[in-house]
This record gives sequence, structure tokens and C-alpha cells, in this order.
Amino acid sequence: MSLIDLANPSRFLALTARILPWLAAATAILLAIGLYQSATAPDDYQQGATVKIMFIHVPNAWLSMFVWGVMSLASLGTLVWRHPLADVAAKAAAPIGAAFTFLALVTGSLWGRPMWGTYWEWDARLTSVLILFLMYLGLMALWRAVEDPSRAARAAAVLTLVGAINLPIIKFSVDWWNTLHQPASVFRMGGPTLDRVFLIPLLVMAIAFTLLFVTLHLAAMRNEILRRRVRSLQMMQASRKAA
Amino acid sequence: MMSLGPYASFIVTAYSLAALVLALLIGWIAIDYRNQTRRLRALDESGVVRRSGRSTVDTR
Repeated sequence: MSLIDLANPSRFLALTARILPWLAAATAILLAIGLYQSATAPDDYQQGATVKIMFIHVPNAWLSMFVWGVMSLASLGTLVWRHPLADVAAKAAAPIGAAFTFLALVTGSLWGRPMWGTYWEWDARLTSVLILFLMYLGLMALWRAVEDPSRAARAAAVLTLVGAINLPIIKFSVDWWNTLHQPASVFRMGGPTLDRVFLIPLLVMAIAFTLLFVTLHLAAMRNEILRRRVRSLQMMQASRKAA
Repeated sequence: MMSLGPYASFIVTAYSLAALVLALLIGWIAIDYRNQTRRLRALDESGVVRRSGRSTVDTR
């Protein structure tokens, strides 16, 4: 099945009905393995058991940026290729991205208090992620404020692409500015600095969270297609009654 | 029994909050699906059909 075939919402619905149960099962299994590995991982020699917060904080932080990246690609699909499902994908991803970003901020704050002595610091990494969270909320508000989905889609696509400027700022904030947040320890030149006993559970959790995002995103896209079908049928019903 | 040391409350709160937020997200998406299919079924029962002639609840 090609990308063109998936432009047909009915075909997309049929595909999601087939693959969603498998994706959900794979997510649950991987999440269970990741949680077991996180629970049994040894304490860090400096951070003690608080290192366990890393196994949920880091996947949420990665996904907060990854989801905006997916929304940026979908926005290009709306503005350049006019793919019928592009704005559906962007709209459905926003609340999921907001949830991941919220969790990245809260779990980071709960990790920061025992390690840094503070829940919050207005440094470049923390502030740029907070801005990302506010941008997610702004996009969701925009989608709700404009009733016509196609008009809302274009405005949201432009806003999403402008907001994508924040992604490299978040990623490199720890290199460009003097921050309380530690520099990258997994995706960096020269390879990860994390020991395997922490790296493996972290990667398993990251894959599990990514699968969770794919599952929830497809389910939310299915809901959005059905919502638009309801809307067009209600309009058809109203015009018949008026005629 | 796993020992979480002096900062156990921070670790437990972080995991509990993550579980709560993800459960709310999953629940919200599941409820939304049920609402949309219920609305489509109501439209189907009131005699509204899609331009293709298919039933409103037919997701093909």
C-alpha cells in the first residue's frame, strides 16, 4: 500500500483497524520489559536511585521534540503536497505531543529537586522546552478556535513550521549556553557516555514510548476522520432539511 | 523489596504522574472513538447516507 493509497480516508481506516491491536500489544510488551529493566537497574554512583527517573524523563523529552517534527512534516504535506490526511495527522498529534512535553517537564522537575536542589531554573534547556509546551497548547487552541478544518489546517501548518525553529534551540541549548541541565549523553559525537546497564533500559523505554506514540497517533487520526465524517453528514442533513 | 533510598517520594511521584497522564490520554482517545461511532450510528438510524451510498457506520 503506497502513500497515495493512504490518501483515501476509508482505506486508512481499514488499515488502522487491522494494525492497531498489534501495535497496542507490541507497545504493552515492550513497556513491561522496559519497566522491569528500569526497576532492576542498579543505582548510579552519584545520583543513587533517582537515576530511575531518567528512564521516563528522557523518552518523554525525546518524544516531545519528535512529535513536533512529525507535525512539521505533516504541515509540509498540508501546504506543499496538499495530502488529504496531512492536517488530520498534525491535529491528532498535538495533544499527544503536549502530554509528552508536560511529562518531560514534570519528571525533569522531580529529578532536578534532589539533584540540583531546585524544581525549576530559568535556563536555556528548561525554558525552551516550556516554550515548546506552550506552543502545543497554542496550536490546540487554534484548531478549536477555527471551525472550518481546512482553514484551521493552513494556519496551524504555518505556525507549526515557524515553531520548528525551537527544535534545534532545545537540542543545542546545552552546548550554546551555560545551563544547569547536563549535555547530551546518548546522541552525541563519540557515542553514548552512559553505561550499558542504564543505556539498554533507556533505549527499550524509548522504543516503547515511540510505539505508544504511533499507536495513539493512529487511533487519534481515526477519531479525527470519523469526526469530520460526522460533521459533513450533519451538514448534509441540515441542508436537506432546509431544502 | 526494591529500595529507592532517601528520594523514593520523587521517584514514585514521577512514575505515578507519568502513568496517570498516559492513562488519561488513552482514556480520552478511547472515549472520543466511542462518541464518534455513536454519533455516526445515530445519523445512520436517522436515514442519512454517505455520498458513496455506504452506511455511515461503515468504516471501509
